[in-house]
This record gives sequence, structure tokens and C-alpha cells, in this order.
Amino acid sequence: MAEREERRFAEVSRDSVKLMAESAGVEVGDEVAALLAEDVCYRLREAAQNSSQFMRHAKRRKLTVEDFNRALRWSNVEAVCGYGAQDALPFRPAKEGELFFVEDRDVNLVNLALATNIPNGCAETMVRVHVSYLDGKGNLEPQGTVPSAVQSLSEDLLKYYQQITRAILGEDPHLMKVALLDLQTNSKIAALLPYFVYVISGVKSVSHDLEQLNRLLHMVKSLVQNPYLYLGSYVRSLVSSVMYCILEPLAASINPLNDHWTLRDYAALLLSHIFWTHGDLVSGLYHQILLSLQKVLSDPVRPLCSHYGAVVGLHALGWKAVERVLYPHLPAYWANLQAVLDDYSVSNAQVKADGHKVYGAILVAVERLLKMKALSLSKPAEGGVGGQQGTAGGVLGFRESSPGLSPPPEPLSEAGLGIASHLQAGGAGCPWEDWTPVPLPAMYCELYSFFGDSLAVRFSTGPELEGCLPALPCQPADARKETVANAAAGLDNSRKMPQLTANLNISPRPDGSPHTEPPPPSLAGDGLNAEDTFHDVHRVPGQRSAGPSRDVFPKARFPPPQAGPPSFSFLIGGRQMGRRCQGRRFQTSFGPQPPLASLPPRAYAHKLPVIGRVSKPVRRWTCSHYSLHLPL
Amino acid sequence: MAAVQDGQVESDAEKETKPDASNDVAGNSSGGARSMSPNAASSASGAAKAAAPTGPGEQQTLLAVLQFLKRSKLLESVDILRREAGLSDELDESQTNDGAAAGSGAGSQGEGSVDAASLLRRVSVGGAAATNIAATTTSKGAEDQPDVSIVLSAYSQQGDPALYQVYYSGLKNFIESVLDCHRAELSQLFYPLFVHMYLELVYNNHEHEAKVFFEKFSGDQECYYRDDLRVLSGLTKKEHMKGNETLLDFRTSKFVLRISRDSYQLLKRHLQERQNNQIWLIIQEHLYIDIFDGMPRSKSQIDSMSGSLAGEARREANKAKVYYGLLKEPEIEVPLDDEDDEAENEEGKPKKKKPKKDNLGSKNKKQDPNAPQQNRIPLPELKDSDKLDKIMSMKEATKKIRLGPDTLPSICFYTFLNAYQGLTSVDVTDDSSLIAGGFADSTVRVWSVTPKKLRKVKSAADLNLIDKEADDVLERIMDEKTASESKILYGHSGPVYGISFSPDRNYLLSSSEDGTVRLWSLQTFTCLVGYKGHNYPVWDTQFSPYGYYFVSGGHDRIARLWATDHYQPLRMFAGHLADITCTHFHPNSNYVATGSADRTVRLWDVLNGNCVRIFSGHKGPIHSLAFSPNGKYVASGATDGRVLLWDIGHGLMIGELKGHTDTVYALKFSRDGEILASGSMDGTVRLWDALKAFDVETDDFTAATGHIHLPDNSQELLLGTYMTKSTPVIHLHFTRRNLLLAAGGYNSQ
Repeated sequence: MAEREERRFAEVSRDSVKLMAESAGVEVGDEVAALLAEDVCYRLREAAQNSSQFMRHAKRRKLTVEDFNRALRWSNVEAVCGYGAQDALPFRPAKEGELFFVEDRDVNLVNLALATNIPNGCAETMVRVHVSYLDGKGNLEPQGTVPSAVQSLSEDLLKYYQQITRAILGEDPHLMKVALLDLQTNSKIAALLPYFVYVISGVKSVSHDLEQLNRLLHMVKSLVQNPYLYLGSYVRSLVSSVMYCILEPLAASINPLNDHWTLRDYAALLLSHIFWTHGDLVSGLYHQILLSLQKVLSDPVRPLCSHYGAVVGLHALGWKAVERVLYPHLPAYWANLQAVLDDYSVSNAQVKADGHKVYGAILVAVERLLKMKALSLSKPAEGGVGGQQGTAGGVLGFRESSPGLSPPPEPLSEAGLGIASHLQAGGAGCPWEDWTPVPLPAMYCELYSFFGDSLAVRFSTGPELEGCLPALPCQPADARKETVANAAAGLDNSRKMPQLTANLNISPRPDGSPHTEPPPPSLAGDGLNAEDTFHDVHRVPGQRSAGPSRDVFPKARFPPPQAGPPSFSFLIGGRQMGRRCQGRRFQTSFGPQPPLASLPPRAYAHKLPVIGRVSKPVRRWTCSHYSLHLPL
Repeated sequence: MAAVQDGQVESDAEKETKPDASNDVAGNSSGGARSMSPNAASSASGAAKAAAPTGPGEQQTLLAVLQFLKRSKLLESVDILRREAGLSDELDESQTNDGAAAGSGAGSQGEGSVDAASLLRRVSVGGAAATNIAATTTSKGAEDQPDVSIVLSAYSQQGDPALYQVYYSGLKNFIESVLDCHRAELSQLFYPLFVHMYLELVYNNHEHEAKVFFEKFSGDQECYYRDDLRVLSGLTKKEHMKGNETLLDFRTSKFVLRISRDSYQLLKRHLQERQNNQIWLIIQEHLYIDIFDGMPRSKSQIDSMSGSLAGEARREANKAKVYYGLLKEPEIEVPLDDEDDEAENEEGKPKKKKPKKDNLGSKNKKQDPNAPQQNRIPLPELKDSDKLDKIMSMKEATKKIRLGPDTLPSICFYTFLNAYQGLTSVDVTDDSSLIAGGFADSTVRVWSVTPKKLRKVKSAADLNLIDKEADDVLERIMDEKTASESKILYGHSGPVYGISFSPDRNYLLSSSEDGTVRLWSLQTFTCLVGYKGHNYPVWDTQFSPYGYYFVSGGHDRIARLWATDHYQPLRMFAGHLADITCTHFHPNSNYVATGSADRTVRLWDVLNGNCVRIFSGHKGPIHSLAFSPNGKYVASGATDGRVLLWDIGHGLMIGELKGHTDTVYALKFSRDGEILASGSMDGTVRLWDALKAFDVETDDFTAATGHIHLPDNSQELLLGTYMTKSTPVIHLHFTRRNLLLAAGGYNSQ
């Protein structure tokens, strides 16, 4: 048997023939099947051979289904239909047994028919000439300049590009919305990517115009979210534009009326988004960015707004970045910040306000650091899940414990996403290679020494308090907030509202809510500095591991003695306005409490800045839980 | 000796005329020698029946058959045949007399063969060719005592299938043991013998033996037969042989080998000593051994010439005289200075008539002796516009760059972008003003590569409104509204594999998978004619350099010569054993070259349709051809990536250019013939020093025998390799000023 030869060919086995006959309802004997199989093999090879000449004459190297069909047609055999697609069909094995099949997915014709992006056919065939070799020497320019996106831009695409940029950078907000949406969903703009990236790199030239910067950042977001775009190396350019917005002392920030904080927050959010969604592309950038953030943070000459940017940037890169860069750096930085905050001179008012911003940002960052670290310690196995809302009730509340500064929910298993893993992987030359993790209690102690009771994270082992609801919700002075009587909602939940102390405190919203997305509203009352009379916080970290895992961080659950009926407490309630919140309700309780400033570390506590309160809240977040600014 | 002679008789004509009946008769008679099978008899009668109504020659055949049947005592069959053929007894009797006399002792083997010989003589009365066979058979009968059947039957049962291996390895041992100088020559036998023995086994339903045989010996064959072997290996059933073209080729044509007399004697002696009839028979039946006197050839000499489907060309095939010289250009006075056009026009007319007469008279003296008669084939008269164009071209030619190894041409690349549908062919007009592409989506697209846009002629109604007396009437008839850079021609229903501009740029030809060749007007951009003749895909077509004629060739293995005003072909060039993949006109328009998948290039005489040259040596299907501008040489490129150069006058291979790594799809000589440019699927353009390549010493001996020893000097001849980026080069063109244009479709994968 010429088996060696045989193997080179298509072969249909006897069994296959039998199977096919069976499926056609015919019984075939062994002999017949053998004969048939042999004949089928031969015919198949013959057709393959004939089809190859069609390929050769079409001056191709790849044999197409069409070639094969032509060969079939010329030998008076019916052509095979339905395999004309350019892409190869996946040939998959079935799970059970040695069965292989061509995967043929159903196409939803309805979707296809109703698709909004109607393909307008492929670009026009054209001929372009260029001099490849002059006098047979020298390669003047590679012949292949042609196929790059730039040269194959069609009229249509150029027009599209003009329209889109005009709409995004123009005045009409509605047009901008439409343009951004299209940018986010259009599947055929790959050729324009370099152009858009170029436009976005123009951030440096419009640093005086917050509005434009904001629009450009939105453009980045649309591009990043477009599932059809492969950003490739352009992602670097995008990241650098975003970093510019985060870190640079923008011209616009000279005027205190300009809310450049929002822009930085948004840019940081965007940065985090890029890292989450395009981690594979930017992984090499991670250290680079950390370094530059660190550089900015450690540079006292830089204005506070840059520092703020560095902090929110670190925050955006995940709690591990905060732990490795911000946390070790905090003591050194603290001195500077303190100096700023302590200066009560009028001339310093503005700087001091900025200082408060930075303070707030740091607070947010370290709070999340604490929480995530604790979570990662307590639930190493469940990582990733705990971060998702609505699963682990015990976890959830903590996210809300810092009103107005709720950190983005972050999957615990960062390593799995390839970002934090770089940190852990370390590697030679990495500045963090000698970094040793600080145990949580130590960290908490240190942070507490800085922030005092401003730290909303609590560690408690006290028994769970059932049914302790905030007392009468009071209408806060702020008219933007509506009181929501959600006592019932709170009651429904198995995990109850934490008991409020008599302190003026900002308590988290009902934690048991399965919807705990993001955060409660920004602090409305400026005077409501979150202070805490809870003196024995320090003992908590040491005890935290005693509780069951889900109770490891019962949020702000205070021991009964201290949890006397709140004398002045009220709720801030409202609806979240974010797109994904769908008017979810939230509420925050407040209780007035005379400030206590006895502990030295808490010297700054009363200076707690107003964080995240924006005059013009950005409401367009697609993922409001990423936002540091809470839409109200 | 006898075998040699008998082989020589074979010709295309014979193949056509040899009736099936004779084959069957032979089969029958051979059966008669052993055991007469009723099947054979009935098939014989069936064949006879089919042949009955035809001329007296066929009748003779019938009579012979009758005679045979009678002798074999198959009286029933005799009756049936007689009845069906409508033959009278008397006729039969009278004809049989001499036969009977000759074959009185029908029983004995020896006499039987004599009988058969006489029978065959009868059979072959009709065809001269067959007579020869019969005659030689008789003479051979005395010598080697072969069966009659040997001569006529193909692959009928010949003996013990198990012995085939023994035979083959016996021969193999013998050839390996002979002197070195003979071994190379005799090794040529391996492949054809192998193939025929294998087919014989398959034909006789010895499937298993065939497979074993194949497995055992296929590894010994030359690597360039790999593709054929692959086809063979798939074939294990008699039924499969019927539809297989490659096999039909093997059966109908004789594999040609060139062997020196010494080697041949050696072989013959060996076979006779061993009584190795089996092999001897195959050699006689299916091989044609072309014996020459002189030194045996070396292995490299043999290898350079072999590789084609049916062996080498016979020497006689390339003996015919070919008038490869160029026709004399009509004398047109070229205005030396830039006179205004009108003056040129006015002058042009009287001049033309005069030179023409002069030409006729003075041609023979002035012309180069190798050129054909100016009117050997009638050529269209030059129109005024043609003359203008000639003048333009001559003017351009004066500005032509003289190329050489030191002054290489600049190369411009025309890239077809977004040709997702598949670019299959490209052509550029001689003046390089238009470029056309044929696409796999059945369209033909024409682009203007000059700023001058393409315009259609106005509609008939609009044309009526035009002042026909106006000076610029030619301008006025064009419809400005239709001006565009490119036009699309729709009409074909299959990929367009070949396109060609007419020399006057008024027409465009396209050949397609749908079996038609279409003629398009470039004035109206409509289809004028669809030439239907090939019923299979037409792979290539080309206009004659003088226009009017064009040639096409395709899957049906027949190249056709057409004139634009005839809907049927003027000539059919039959002889290739596989698809004709490319066609090319000789610069003097008297000859047509065709390249084929049988791995030969043939040159055909347009005047009489004869095949005047067969060039073998390629190891893969030939996909490009180019004549040198002086008409003396032709270059061919094949899928094996090699370019071979041929001397048309001597019928010799004179060069081999190795370098490309994939199919050579484009070949072009520079305007003066100093440089040969080749473009390939591998995405490179290579320039070769053509002058040096043609500068090969050809002494009389090589010229006579065709045994040239090729120097392996590809690297010296290669002047440059120029890369494209992922673009196969499928067309090359030298402008009139010797700028090289290359074209291909960008391939993004």
C-alpha cells in the first residue's frame, strides 16, 4: 500500500462513506463502501488538482473555495455553496470522541439587517504608480508605502474625519455626543486612528481651554472603547496625552475658578480604563508611568495640582500602585502638605484650598488601599469576585464609607489582569523591587497617625447590630439632595445600616443593598467635617482577624456603648444620576458632633477638605462608579 | 533498428486518423492467439459497425475483421457483422482469398503472426501511416517474433503482473551497471517505463501490484516529475483512467527520448539477451527513441532538456526553417523637426504609397535573409493614425536610453490597490498611456495613466449634431461628460485571465474562464465581439504586433488564431498535451509561441498552422513568454522559477536563468534587447544581461544535435534584483524610452 503517498491527499475513509450513506438513509455494504471511498478519494484529488490551475492562473498562492468550485463546475459536478468567506472556518474537535467539525455559527439576520453601520462596500480599486528604482539603483522609497492607512484613505473617510473632529471640538454638545458615540461604535475607522491620535496629542496646545481638553479626553475614551479598533502602538500616544492632562500644571489651573480637578480626575479615570481594557498593549508602560507619577509627587517644586494629579493617577492605577508609590512616599510628602495647610495667611488661601484637594485625594487613595489590602488578605481565594458589587455584602459597605470619595471598585485579582502583576513580578531595574509589603495593621496605624479619624475605614470586631437604623432622617441644608426615606429599604436588608454614633459622622449608606454601586453623594455641607470621637480605633486592627471573613471589616460598626442614640443625625439621600445607576437611591446619615482635636495626628483632621465637590458635576460617566465626582 | 523506424511514423495526423476499430481489432486478434473471448469479438463488431458507413478504407478494415472472425470460427459474429455492415458475400470472398492463402496454417503461432501481418496490411490500406506500422511489424516479426497485438493494443494483459517488478528492477540493475557515459542516457528510460508499467498494471486491474510497484520505484524518479507522479499515485482504478487527461496524454503520445546509438545498442542487446519482452514491448509501443550518432550526452545535458510531459522534442520537430527575421518597417518619413501636425498629415499620405511599392521591390535585397516575405501573411494596411503613431514612436525612440549592464533601467511600479476581487492579468499599451487589469470578478478595468482622461464617443443622436467638416471633429465626437480616469468593462462571466491591447489602442481583448474571448472598443467602452470557440477556460490571448490577428489558448489545449473580423478561428494549433497557459506573437507576426502545462513551448507557423519548434526543458507549467525584439530568441518562464532562453533559428536552448523562487509571471525584453526583465510571484523584478546570455558559442555539432552544454552562469547574468513589498509582479513593460514599468496587485496578507 502506498501509504506514504496516500497521506498527502485528501482521504475519505470507508467509515465516513458508510456514515454518509446512513445519514442519507442508504445501507451500504463493506465492499461497496470501500469501492466508493476509493473512488471518492480519487475524485477529490482530481478536483483538487484541477482547481490548482485556477489558482495558478489567478496568480495567487492560496487556493480558494472558488477555485475548487470552478474545477467542480467544469467537471459537471455541483459546486459547494456557503464556504466562500475569506476567513478560514474554524475546524474544531468535539468534546467527546474524535469528532471534528467545521464550526458554522448562526448569523442573526435580523441584527444584520438592522445594523446601523451599513457597509458601503470596499474601497475603489485603483492603480497608483511610483518610481521604485531609479537607474536600477537605490531603493528610493519602499514600494510598500502604498498600503498604509494614510494612502488608502478614501474620500469618505476623510470626510468622516473632518465631520467628527469638527463635531467633537465644536460648540454643539449634542453633536459632540453623537460624534463620540459613533467614534465609539464605528467599525471602519481603523484607517483614521493615526489622525485621531494626532488630534488628541494636541492637548498640549490647548492647555488653557478646559472645555477642549475635556472633549479631547472624551475622544480618547471613545477610541479606547471602540471594540473594532486595535490601538496598537498608538495607545502610547494616547496614554501620554492623558498623562499630560493628569499631571501638567495646566494653564487653565491658574484661574481658581476653572475646575481642572474634574479634568484630572477624569483623565485618571481614563488612564485606569485604558489599563484595564488594554492591559496587554500598555503593560510595558506601567512602570514608566509609575515612575513619572512618583517623580511628580516627590518634586516639591511642582504645584499642588500636579501632585493632586499624581495621587489620582496612582489611585487610578490600582491600590497596589498606591501601596508601592504613594504610601512609602507619604511621610515625606506629608510635611509639605502640612505646611501648606497650616498656613492661614490670606495669600495662601488658594494654595491651601489646593492643598485640601490633595489631602482629600490622598485620603481616598489610602482608604481604598486599606480596604483592598484587607480584602486581599482575607479573601485571597475569592479574589475578583468580591470586588464586584452585589456579591459580598460584608465587603460592599466599605466602598461607601468615604462619602464623596468612593474609590472605583476594583477586582481583587489584579494580577490576573496583568497590571499589578508587573508590580509583583518586579524585575531587575524596577524601583520597587526591594519593596516589602507593609503589614496591614502597621499600615493602618501609620495612616491613622496622619489622617486620624478622617480615615473612614474602621476595623471592628463588634457584634453585628441588627436593626440599628439611623434615626430620623433630616433634611439636609443642601437643596440638591433629597431625603429619602429608605428606612424600609434598610430594613429589608439582612445587613443593616451601621449604627450611628452621636458623633457627627458620615455613615455609609445601606450596605446590604445589592446595588451598591458607587458612592454616595459628595459632601454637601462644608462644615460637616467628618470627625470621629471613636478613640480606640487603634485597637481595632489588631483584632480584625478574629471575626468571620465577611465580618472582617464590618463597616463603622461601633460597639454599643459608643453607639448611643445619635443626637444629631440626619440622612443625605438622593438618587444617583449616573447612567448605570438608574436613579438608584442612596442615603447618607450625618450626625453633628462637637469636634475633638486632641490627638496630634488628627491635627489636620479638622482641615479635612471638601473633596470631590464640583461646581459642575460631570454627568456623562459611562461608569459612574469610576467617578470620583458624584453625580447628583 | 526496426523499432526506431516504426516509431518515427507516428504523427499527429496519424493519431487523428487511426480509427478505434483498429485498436479493437488488434485486441481481438491478440485474444485470438490465446483464448478468444466473446466480449472482444462483440466489441470488435461494434466498432466495425460504427465505422461501416464510411469510405472504402473502412470497408477494408471490415473485411479484415470478417476474415479474422471466420478464421477464428466465429461464424455467428461474422454473420452479424456482415449483416450490420451490409457487405456482400462475394466481396468478402474475393477479398479474403489472398489472406487465406497467406494464412493457411492458422493454428501455429508463427504463421499466426504472418497472418495478422497480412491482415494488418489490409487494415491499413486506408492510412499510409498504418501501413508503415504494419510493414515494420512484419519485418519485426521475423526478428523478434512479437505478437501482433503489441503494436496496436495499449495496456492489454501482457503477462504476469508479479513479474513487473522483476522486469523493472532487472533493467534498473542493468542500467546501473553500464558504463557511466551510457548510464545517464539510459536512465532516461526509467520514468517512461515506470509510468507505462504502472498504468498497464492499473489498466489490467492489478491494483495491489500497481501500488506495490509504485511504492517501490517511485522514489527513483527524477524530482521534476514529482507532480506527475502525484497524479499517478492517486490513480489506482481502471475506471479512473478514462477521464484523466494526463493519462490520455501518456497513452496517445509517445514519450520521446534521445539516446546515442551506442547506448541504444547496449540496451537492445541487453533486452534481447534477457528475453525481456515486457520492457521491449513497452519501449516499442510507447516510447520513441530518437537515436543520434555521436557522443552520449551527460547527465546535466539530459536534465536541462528533459522534464516535459512527453519527453524531449524530436530533432526533426525543430528542423523546419523559421523565418525569424523582422519585417521591414514601412518607410515613413519622420519629420526631423517638430512640424505642425497638418504638415505631417499631408506629407504622410503620398509617402506611404510610395514606400510601399518600394518595399515590395526592394525588400528582398535589403531585408535580412531570415525574415519572411513581407506578405507571407497578409497584414492590415497602415491607417493614417497608425502612421502618426509610428512617427511618435520613432521620435520617442531617439530619446531612448541605451541600456546595458552599467545603465540599468529605472523601474516604476503600478500597484493595484484594493483589488480584493483578485487581479488576474494586466496589460499596458505600447505607448504606456493606458493600463488595463483583468479581475477575478469578471470585470476588465482600464485606467489612463496620463492626465488625459478616458472618454466615450457620443451617442449616435448626438453625433448627428456634430459638424463633420470641423477640423477638430475627432475631438468633438468625444463626450466630455464621460471623462474619467478609469472605465469598467462588464461582460464576462468568469475571471479574466488574459488581456491585450491592440497596437492602435482602439481595442482591447480579454479572455476569460467563461470560454470566450471578447473584443472591446476603447472608443465606446463596449463589447464588440465575443469569440466563442474554446469551450473551456481561455488562459491567455494576445494581439498580433500588427493588429487584426490575435491568438488565444486555453484549457482545451488548442491555440486558435483569429482575425478580429471573423467570428471563427482562422487556424487551430493542436499538439500540446496539456493546457495552453500563455500565448505570444512573434514580432514579425508570422509565428505564434505557446507555452503549456505540458512543460513545452511550441512555435507555430501562422501561415500553415504547423508546429515548427518544440522546446522542452522546463520542469513546470510555463506562464510567461517573451520574444527578443530582433525576433531571434524567445524567453520562457515557468512555475519552477526558471527562465529559459531559446534560439529560434537553431531550435536550441541557449540559456537558463535561475534566481526566482516562484512562478515567473512576466517577462519582457528592453526595446533594444539588451536587458531581459523578469517578474515573479516571489515579489521581485530581476534584470538579466540578455546580450551576454545570447552570446553562446554554437558550433556546428551542437547546432546539429542540439546538445548544448549550458554554463551555469545565472549569477553573472543577473544584473539586479528589485523587491516589491508583498506584491507579485504580473506584468512588465518597457516604455519606448526604456523605462521599465512593472505592475501587480498589492496583497495585504
